[in-house]
Amino acid sequence: MADAGMLRFHVPEPEVRPGGTPDFSNVTIAEAGSVPRPDIDVDPRTIRDMAFSIIRVLNRNGEAVGPWAGLLSSEELLEGLRNMMTLRTFDARMQMAQRQGKTSFYMQHLGEEAVSCAFRKALSPGDMNFPTYRQAGLLIADGYPMVTMMNQIYSNEADPLKGRQLPIMYSSKEHGFFSISGNLATQYIQAVGWAMASAISNDSRIAAAWIGDGSTAESDFHSALVFASTYKAPVVLNVVNNQWAISTFQGIARGGSGTFAARGLGFGIPSLRVDGNDYLAVHAVAKWAATRARDNLGPTLVEYVTYRAGAHSSSDDPSAYRPKTESDAWPLGDPVVRLKNHLIKLGVWSDERHAQAEAEILDTVIAAQKEAESHGTLHAGGKPSTREMFEGVFAEMPPHLRRQRQQAGV
Amino acid sequence: MPRRTMIEAIRDAMDVSMERDDKVVVFGEDVGFFGGVFRVTHGLQAKYGKSRCFDAPINESGIVGSAIGMAAYGLKPCVEIQFADYMYPAYDQLTQEAARLRYRSNGDFTCPIVVRMPTGGGIFGGQTHSQSPEALFTHVSGLKTVVPSNPHDAKGLLIAAIEDPDPVIFLEPKRLYNGPFDGHHDRPVTPWSKHELGEVADGHYTVPLGKAAIRRAGGAVTVLAYGTMVYVAQAAAEETGIDAEIIDLRTLLPLDLDTIVASVKKTGRCVVVHEATLTSGFGAELSALVQENCFYHLEAPVARVAGWDTPYPHAQEWEYFPGPARVGRALLETLEA
Repeated sequence: MADAGMLRFHVPEPEVRPGGTPDFSNVTIAEAGSVPRPDIDVDPRTIRDMAFSIIRVLNRNGEAVGPWAGLLSSEELLEGLRNMMTLRTFDARMQMAQRQGKTSFYMQHLGEEAVSCAFRKALSPGDMNFPTYRQAGLLIADGYPMVTMMNQIYSNEADPLKGRQLPIMYSSKEHGFFSISGNLATQYIQAVGWAMASAISNDSRIAAAWIGDGSTAESDFHSALVFASTYKAPVVLNVVNNQWAISTFQGIARGGSGTFAARGLGFGIPSLRVDGNDYLAVHAVAKWAATRARDNLGPTLVEYVTYRAGAHSSSDDPSAYRPKTESDAWPLGDPVVRLKNHLIKLGVWSDERHAQAEAEILDTVIAAQKEAESHGTLHAGGKPSTREMFEGVFAEMPPHLRRQRQQAGV
Repeated sequence: MPRRTMIEAIRDAMDVSMERDDKVVVFGEDVGFFGGVFRVTHGLQAKYGKSRCFDAPINESGIVGSAIGMAAYGLKPCVEIQFADYMYPAYDQLTQEAARLRYRSNGDFTCPIVVRMPTGGGIFGGQTHSQSPEALFTHVSGLKTVVPSNPHDAKGLLIAAIEDPDPVIFLEPKRLYNGPFDGHHDRPVTPWSKHELGEVADGHYTVPLGKAAIRRAGGAVTVLAYGTMVYVAQAAAEETGIDAEIIDLRTLLPLDLDTIVASVKKTGRCVVVHEATLTSGFGAELSALVQENCFYHLEAPVARVAGWDTPYPHAQEWEYFPGPARVGRALLETLEA
């Protein structure tokens, strides 16, 4: 046998770094309409190739094509567009509020609006999402009040979480939005447990788990897949692959596997890949997976292929690790523009109406912001009482906490 | 009144709870069909079905994480970690999720789970079948930590824990599963059937969380102990002839500070005993609290008898385990100080 020489350590690198020309030529993208739509009771073994393709509905000309098209009316699509535009405007205003010192922190959804906004519309009342910090579209699309979201971001006197949580870590049981935690991936297995509980209780509600590409490397991702597979839990396991985990490109978490969807195959979980910037495709795939769960057919893993167009957070500067224009080169485009073009193609929308809607939405968001700021911002105006710091650790305050509260003079 | 072992008493607590409330579910590794490696869940699956009592994959984070999701849904999971030594993969879920869910969501979601774990040494369990990690839980705001020392308490405390609206870590000293143990490993072990605290009433009763029990009233020195060390302390008091007041804490958090302070103010002396390693162990908290609350009544430094600051060894079991001789020496030294 030939001498292999000394061992060499391998560390994956993205194709391009700052200063380079963005290049996505290695990203294989299926034609819109080319991926079949299997029956929901399909034998997972027969659709393994779907974990390596990309389900797409909207083509280059803004037309909805193929077997995954045709689920949504133009009214529903217009609502979807409005929701995505609202989330984008909300993001822009809150990002600015952070820069103005009105809050300590913010995280945008720029480029990923379709994923959470369209997914929300595939669920039924009572279903529960276990989101990460980048799915606020679930709240927007469900009609959760923007003022309440802002109150949380500002940690003001009207903050539903009483100033205890970092901005954007929302919680709303009523809107099927589980309390966000800073610890990555923990909610993925909790979603499976929630779904198991629904099955144990012979309920009809399902759960949706959310994770980003980077966090699939956490062990709770594996825990969730094992439990979901073992107990056939009624859960949709969502992976939002936006190519970036702060500064690390998705190859660091991927371990050389073909796709994140392919991770599900080893667990016997049907695994689909979808164009995350295609509102219609996201909704159709989400509906397929949700129906499977509700029909006792078990979990589905869905990888949303998208791109994190904004900074990771208000504390991050992406120009330090990727080309500035990389998002412009992203081959799946912008979810808002693509749905807008589709609606124009359908004849129910126009550039003028779009511009008008943008202005209206901005007015609405600004009005909400004014109302929220009347309750205070992080460093000015009303704030939650210091007493609240000691409440809610337990259902009933134990003696040692009562003593500490007295020491704190509240 | 029927006598039960600790194993039978804990099983009975789950049986009673599952019977009364169909939201109570029990799962963990080998917990279902087989009935648990310590037989604690024996018969529960046959009685309540696989939806209420079932086997889990070998994944502690998965067991606790899924239980949190179930609790958020509205169930009351009572899950098992096979040995407390194997809770570490679940530590993230326990400390960052279970403990904080109520607080961070302002009560929007809550986490009424119980996590049972066999704990403690004295069984030649070596490094990963002997640990006492209670200090890793008492340091976490939002968790309650319970350590029963006898069948009667084990049943009542476990029912109380299952009914509690917050997450409870329920540490079961496996050395006490079949009978009390005072550290005299060279003598035959007496079964619970010969001990008055082996008397366990049928049906539903609770022992409230946060209340200690005085096992031996005395005037010379207060001993703060829990789990197996309660019997070791009793043996040490008997063998030295010292009139020690022995307090079985039962719940470490919330702690029954009133009972502790009243006792130490009476005796003026205090010895803290636990199996867990000394440095930053729960004994440090107890010692600090006694010092803060009883300073002007203390006539000697608060002493701590604990496991050495080493991993739990195998061959040196009885040199590591704080037996009656070591506790007795500490009692004498505290009286002479």
